[in-house]
Amino acid sequence: MMRYLPLTQDDRTTMLATIGATSVDDLFVDVPEAARLDGPIRDLPDHASELAVERHLSALARKNIVAGDVPFFLGAGAYRHHVPASVDHLIQRGEFLTAYTPYQPEIAQGTLQMLFEFQTQVARLLGTDVANASMYDGSTACWEAIVMARRITKRGKAILSSGLHPHYVSVANTMAKFTGDVLETAAPTLTPEPDTASLTDRIDGDTSCVVVQYPDILGRIGDLSELAAACHANKALLIAVVTEPVALGALKSPGEMDADIVVGEGQSLGVGLQFGGPYVGLFGCKEKYVRQMPGRLCGETVDAEGKRGFVLTLSTREQHIRREKATSNICTNSGLCALAFSIHMTLLGEAGLRQLAAINHANAVTAADRLAQVPGVELVNDTFFNEFTLKLSKEARPLVQRLAERNILAGVSMGRLYPGEPDLANGLIVAVTETTTAEDVETLASALEEALA
Amino acid sequence: MSINQSGWRPEMTEERRNTTVTATGNKALMLEEALIFEIGDTNTTGVDFTYATPAKAGVQSGDIATGPQPSGSPQSNTLRGAPSPGRLGGLERTAEIDLPGLSEPETVRHYTRLSRQNYAIDLGLFPLGSCTMKHNPRLNEKLARLPGFADIHPLAPIHSVQGALELIHQLAHWLVTLTGMHSVAMSPKAGAHGELCGILAIRAALEARGDSRKVILVPESAHGTNPATAAFAGYAVENIPANADGRVDLEALKARLGPDVAAVMITNPNTCGLFERDMKAISDAVHAAGGLVYCDGANFNAIVGRVRPGDLGVDAMHINLHKTFSTPHGGGGPGSGPVVFSEALSPFAPLPFVEKTADGSFRLVEEETAEQHHGQSFGRMVAFHGQMGMFTRALSYILSHGADGLRQVAEDAVLNANYILRSLDDVLDAPFGASGPCMHEALFSDAGLAEGFTTLDIAKALIDEGYHPMTMYFPLVVHGAMLVEPTETESKAALDQFILALRSVAERAKQGDQALKAAPHFAPRRRLDETLAARKPVLVWKEPDLAEAAE
Repeated sequence: MMRYLPLTQDDRTTMLATIGATSVDDLFVDVPEAARLDGPIRDLPDHASELAVERHLSALARKNIVAGDVPFFLGAGAYRHHVPASVDHLIQRGEFLTAYTPYQPEIAQGTLQMLFEFQTQVARLLGTDVANASMYDGSTACWEAIVMARRITKRGKAILSSGLHPHYVSVANTMAKFTGDVLETAAPTLTPEPDTASLTDRIDGDTSCVVVQYPDILGRIGDLSELAAACHANKALLIAVVTEPVALGALKSPGEMDADIVVGEGQSLGVGLQFGGPYVGLFGCKEKYVRQMPGRLCGETVDAEGKRGFVLTLSTREQHIRREKATSNICTNSGLCALAFSIHMTLLGEAGLRQLAAINHANAVTAADRLAQVPGVELVNDTFFNEFTLKLSKEARPLVQRLAERNILAGVSMGRLYPGEPDLANGLIVAVTETTTAEDVETLASALEEALA
Repeated sequence: MSINQSGWRPEMTEERRNTTVTATGNKALMLEEALIFEIGDTNTTGVDFTYATPAKAGVQSGDIATGPQPSGSPQSNTLRGAPSPGRLGGLERTAEIDLPGLSEPETVRHYTRLSRQNYAIDLGLFPLGSCTMKHNPRLNEKLARLPGFADIHPLAPIHSVQGALELIHQLAHWLVTLTGMHSVAMSPKAGAHGELCGILAIRAALEARGDSRKVILVPESAHGTNPATAAFAGYAVENIPANADGRVDLEALKARLGPDVAAVMITNPNTCGLFERDMKAISDAVHAAGGLVYCDGANFNAIVGRVRPGDLGVDAMHINLHKTFSTPHGGGGPGSGPVVFSEALSPFAPLPFVEKTADGSFRLVEEETAEQHHGQSFGRMVAFHGQMGMFTRALSYILSHGADGLRQVAEDAVLNANYILRSLDDVLDAPFGASGPCMHEALFSDAGLAEGFTTLDIAKALIDEGYHPMTMYFPLVVHGAMLVEPTETESKAALDQFILALRSVAERAKQGDQALKAAPHFAPRRRLDETLAARKPVLVWKEPDLAEAAE
């Protein structure tokens, strides 16, 4: 009667006889009478056909403005890039899609080799010695990095750059309330340069780490080398957060500038926008800290015949072995999104990633210069990759709303990200990628001109 | 009488078969695949960068940086650097990243070959206990990919994503209804993240009444994530003893309860595959002592549509959408772990969440507006709104099954597990078999195997029989545990073949068949050296000469 349930009524009867039960109710005998539902779930209709379910969900999907259908400039932690068709095809191979965490390595070499390749790609991109097999997303990876720094330094004060994504700050604040970590945070200012330099003075002997986003929430890019040196002089760690990994096709990696832990949101490559999830957290660090890392790690080894193979390793850090002494409680991570990231990265290769990054930057430069010509628009940034901040002559948030009503998704207003910060209310964060066309930019420029007139 | 009517019959001996080597290392359909670092190079790319859209009639279009291109001109595929001056602040990457690329055909082949070295639900029964490896309906995959769900930005203006918020709201409604709870937090990213959500809400609720209890009680049989979560949230973890029936010892628990116990974390059905008969009494006792009850909902599949945790006094429970509600496990995620709350804990639930307004539209409650009517929320635990891609799949699953189908899910899952239990308890020791039926998973121990034979040997031999092994050595309370969860999406024929295989392997282990010690024989790899991997970790690929130099 229900298409996903293969047992027939005859099967059930035969099986009950084997078990020695007269009805399925006998199997629920341990459930106290009072806790058994005697009827169907209230208000939930009976089973539905594929067609009926598809109609229902399609109707909901149609109520949303699709990014690809309109001029679209949103970023701030999630970016719209073109994902090659083969990525989605390959991640839907049933052997990847419907496999479990590779606990039995002899029959999970596909997932394990992919994870080993992913770890290597991520480590090279971030400029770290090692990387793990993924976290939930960038925001949770960021908090786990702060906790890891506490474990390593045995200090509890973290300094968070004002350019760190406000949601990442919010997640860290939530967690710190319970762990007792002290976080120094601040809202950003609409200045041309990031706060990288000013962070140096605040590091002291109690500091476990400095957390800095690269490029930052406004899109600004700061050299991390001096900050890293200042951290290390005080025996603190530098944690760099990358929310747009494509940027690292054009920019020096944080690892090259001596960051100790580099975390990121990998959504840009392979994964898509998906209204915020699932995404994939990137997590890399220096080799000397590997035993303090959270999450799964895949390592190379050999089998009984001496053939190269891969296994999950260093699991004595993990909850299923260490229980309350584990480095993190994470179990399921984001394997399939890591696969999508890795396939997209393999399709790009170094040459492709650099080209993609160059196009993103070139498009953003052109768009920034064009939009800055609009009366009432000022470009805040001196530096940026594919995302920059405009200071408008009017409050940005209602303007973004009005443009959305005209099917223009103009960017992320800083009022949305920082409600209650009047100094930021006129800020508009604009992302431009390879998917943005010249017409899109013209449409936005004209709309801004009209709205700000 | 020849079995081959053509007159030819293979005469290869076992010995010759084993020593047959091929020049490539491949064995017919079993194909070896090198690493991308060994087959790719940094100059190859499988993506082209001619992003210009074809010119529409009368409209010229093109990349921003190059401007509109003359129609009919050949589209350039060469690298365009940033126009001078770029705005990278002197931080241009100079060193090579060393990321190999492959052409599209090579990429498709690489990953297709890798995929064939994996076992998966699509290939066969996947009896991994406590993981609920059920069929993943492909309708759900299709619907999650509708652009109206897949191509929308998490920070898009609220009125432009009303359908997405409505979908989250609908799923939330059904999760609350199915569990008999009061509210649900949708944002947790996986089961362990959901556990953390529940424990943080409990801590926030206790702190709100000025209560600084420090201990969480967790049974030894719990998933490792439970104690790890409690410790992460700042609690001391203490064990709850079990009774001879494999369940929480109610009297011992009652004796331990007191003003220092913040909560108990109980898995129900528990990790031995048994329903905690005293769950309501446990909850009442914990509440009477001022504590709260967290339920690990990993095993909800056994009771969905038949039992509501809300009726058992539970205050918080996570639901693994990637278990009960069939979203794919993906080789280790992504999961999704919404947490349902009792009325007492609801005010402390995390941000953001979706709310239906009086005019029928949907709004997102975030930090900005939470003060006014959700001021006790413990805060945000993830950047955006949770696993939208899993929400679409889970709603599709719930609507497809409906009230009758979901109830049937629990019944068939429990029936299948009991069928396995009773078909094998003559050959394998079932430590709690005498205490009555199991729920959705059957638990066996290694008692009775020949000297020197272990659960690992049985697991590896099952691989040769064409199965992913059951969960092994978990729960910790049973020696050499084998936890078998068939799920409801297996036919009787599939169960019978699995029973045949496990019975055969178990008999061989009892007889001391040495061939088992070297299993698997037929998998892409023999047993792997996990000690070596941990002792000298190689976590990233290095050029062979560099790797040697590093040693």
